[in-house]
Amino acid sequence: MVNAVSCYFTKVERNANLERLQYNYLFPEISERELRHVKKYPNAKVISLGIGDTTEPLPEIIASSMADYARSLSTPQGYKGYGAEQGNKELRKAIAETFYKDMGIKDSEVFVSDGSQCDISRLQMLFGSNMSIAVQDPSFPAYIDTGVIIGQTGNYEKESGRYQNIAYMECGPENNFFPDLPKTARTDIIFFCSPNNPTGHASSREQLEQLVEFAQQNGSIIVYDSAYAVYITDGPRSIYEIPGARKVAIEVSSFSKIAGFTGVRLGWTVVPEELVYSNGFPVINDFNRIVCTCFNGASNIAQAGGLACLSSDGFKAVLSNVNYYKENAKILMNTFTSLGLRVYGGVNAPYVWVHFPGSNSWDVFNEILEKTHIITVPGSGFGPGGREFIRVTAFGHRENILEASERLRSFLS
Amino acid sequence: MSVIHQNLSTSISSSTSTFLGHNNLKSIKSSNVSIPGRISGVINCVATPSAEKTAYKTKVSRNENMGKLQAGYLFPEIARRRAAHMLKYPDAQVISLGIGDTTEPIPEVITSAMAKRSYALSTVEGYTGYGAEQGEKQLRAAIAKTYYENLGIEEDDIFVSDGAKSDISRLQVLFGSKVTMAVQDPSYPAYVDSSVILGQTGQFQKDVEKYGNIEYMKCTPENGFFPDLSAIRRTDIIFFCSPNNPTGYAASREQLTRLVEFAKENGSIIVFDSAYAMYISDDNPRSIFEIPGAKEVSMEVSSFSKYAGFTGVRLGWTAIPKELLYSDGFPVAKDFNRIVCTCFNGASNIAQAGGLACVSPEGIKAMHEVVGFYKENTDIIVETFNSLGFKVYGGKNAPYVWIYFPGQSSWDVFSEILEKTHVVTTPGSGFGPGGEGFIRVSAFGHRENVLEACRRFKQLYK
Repeated sequence: MVNAVSCYFTKVERNANLERLQYNYLFPEISERELRHVKKYPNAKVISLGIGDTTEPLPEIIASSMADYARSLSTPQGYKGYGAEQGNKELRKAIAETFYKDMGIKDSEVFVSDGSQCDISRLQMLFGSNMSIAVQDPSFPAYIDTGVIIGQTGNYEKESGRYQNIAYMECGPENNFFPDLPKTARTDIIFFCSPNNPTGHASSREQLEQLVEFAQQNGSIIVYDSAYAVYITDGPRSIYEIPGARKVAIEVSSFSKIAGFTGVRLGWTVVPEELVYSNGFPVINDFNRIVCTCFNGASNIAQAGGLACLSSDGFKAVLSNVNYYKENAKILMNTFTSLGLRVYGGVNAPYVWVHFPGSNSWDVFNEILEKTHIITVPGSGFGPGGREFIRVTAFGHRENILEASERLRSFLS
Repeated sequence: MSVIHQNLSTSISSSTSTFLGHNNLKSIKSSNVSIPGRISGVINCVATPSAEKTAYKTKVSRNENMGKLQAGYLFPEIARRRAAHMLKYPDAQVISLGIGDTTEPIPEVITSAMAKRSYALSTVEGYTGYGAEQGEKQLRAAIAKTYYENLGIEEDDIFVSDGAKSDISRLQVLFGSKVTMAVQDPSYPAYVDSSVILGQTGQFQKDVEKYGNIEYMKCTPENGFFPDLSAIRRTDIIFFCSPNNPTGYAASREQLTRLVEFAKENGSIIVFDSAYAMYISDDNPRSIFEIPGAKEVSMEVSSFSKYAGFTGVRLGWTAIPKELLYSDGFPVAKDFNRIVCTCFNGASNIAQAGGLACVSPEGIKAMHEVVGFYKENTDIIVETFNSLGFKVYGGKNAPYVWIYFPGQSSWDVFSEILEKTHVVTTPGSGFGPGGEGFIRVSAFGHRENVLEACRRFKQLYK
């Protein structure tokens, strides 16, 4: 540790926006707690149903395509240097055809990236600090945290658990996990994740039509996060299934939870050409500029893997893992339901959202961890609307899911 | 071996995907494109309000910082011009010594490690999901040991990334809009452009070709390509690239010592870009941390791109010493860690496996061989322009040759060279007003392409 008395300070002021952040980013905090718990109970078999980290191996067809591509980089014919910052042409085409068939999304509107968390930040850099944002409450913490970092928000208010200048759209059992839009203030940007992380709620077509209309009336831009769309059993997967969405929405998605690419790093953002600022300037032009200046493309090996994922055989294999996780979710849903708890999500998403009315989610998190050695995520990590809930992920080896279910049954009954 | 320009398909897609979407000149003529501000290479076939007054517009204001940017980012613009040239001369054998894109295959010791990791991901024991956002432990330790042994930079000071360009932007997000910055003039355009985007600058001043509120530190033959620090006003951040892109100049120990002193006096933070350090021939410092006292005033950004041909694989790192503190004593590394955890999710695990192989003894040897190959290319280019009587700079400690064309516009020279020799270079003014009158020739290329390009230069300038 540096000696505080004699050490040198530069004259550069710390960015006040960073100072404004209240806690560590949620998921490293969960990791930290897991490590501490493991140290405390070295013999306990800790089961992690916390961070939404995929666990099943990649299908061979995909892994071998990446291995082949890597090897080809050692050959004169196969070597590739810088790729297009927007992504490999073939991959952009495959994404448009696989996920946006008949929705009028062009290859040129698809920007391949190294994942949603990076895309969200690049979108925030694009928008700048003078934007107002709305988020679902609860929601994936990156929307709020990047908003704070870029300078879109005011200070954190301890009593409410909210940052000033963000519109929090509550999503709970009372409103079927869809915000009361007529009561929502106008903001420039609306971050909307469906199926939602953490609640697991997938908005219906009618709800999304309401959302698009709301955005149109207010002249807002929706940033639609569809990272979990392949988990949907029934309902719209892309915002562009809704008429008019091309004029008001950007869609962000990822191979992480589709293909187990959490470590490989691959995703994409769609920016339709019709989406324009108040002065008529196309958003896509500025996003392209950001991508060319602040990024240098996703890893070409990861992109080769992405292409294999979207091949006919590759996609089948990938969906097989998705179904595996969906089965896990079913098992967890049944476990909690059988214990008389009110459980949400789990049907259209790999997350189960369990209600412990009147409780403080960190207390429940701690108790579950202490008594069953299972890591979950306390709902308040996703916003004040999550304070009485626990998020349990369905990513895990089947035997761990079953073991966890057993432990929870013993502990909670 | 073919002399056809490398990366044909990727360069076309770089330009056309943003340029036209369908690689078709006809589309430009038939669309009414009148986008405010000069956007080069980023013209989409969008019907603009002037053509369709009833087109829906959101009520979201465009980020005015984006509006400050003068043109497209430099390198896509070069790619666009190359693509346009190739359309004009479909039979010409275009040679690209423009964008600093590596061309030689990656050594097998490195790619086999990446292939191995790829396969491992399909096994139960070998599958890994999210990695630590700061990078895999082993790799961080190996980078610290390889590049910073005995310099007091440790494993946990290293943040592995998907490359220097992404790191520079994340650093700008870290610093925020209220900091002032200084750059070398000329310099790698990402420093200035990311500064504009983050709102640190004023408007572009056309008469001097500079953005307001940036301190441009001129680096020219007259001052030996090292800024006159006595004439530089204090800024919070100083971006310093050595060996420099585009001039190729590697600062001496004495010069870097003065730079560190300057930063210390002013309480500034140096962001030291050492992406080309392995190209240094003489005993100039490879890392800012070789300078005593540097840890209190600097951080270092580097990359595997130009060492291992990882321009497409994407891997780099930033080193932030624990001693680097803000004015209130808060450690810069702590905030950067927060940025990395929130705005990033780690470099690709396969690329990191490649990185680990890069810094193995066999990998380092292999990287030196590839670097050596490009250095030989550089020698050939330097010799060519010297023999033609030009004033030639750089080339000794970097894969770039910086050639003086006194009294001429660098874009004009660029165009003339392209038109008459079908060789793509980079105009110096793309790197800042201090680059006007210079052309950057990069030494990345197959040997026969470099030789052929030099033959053509000799033809043109004999």
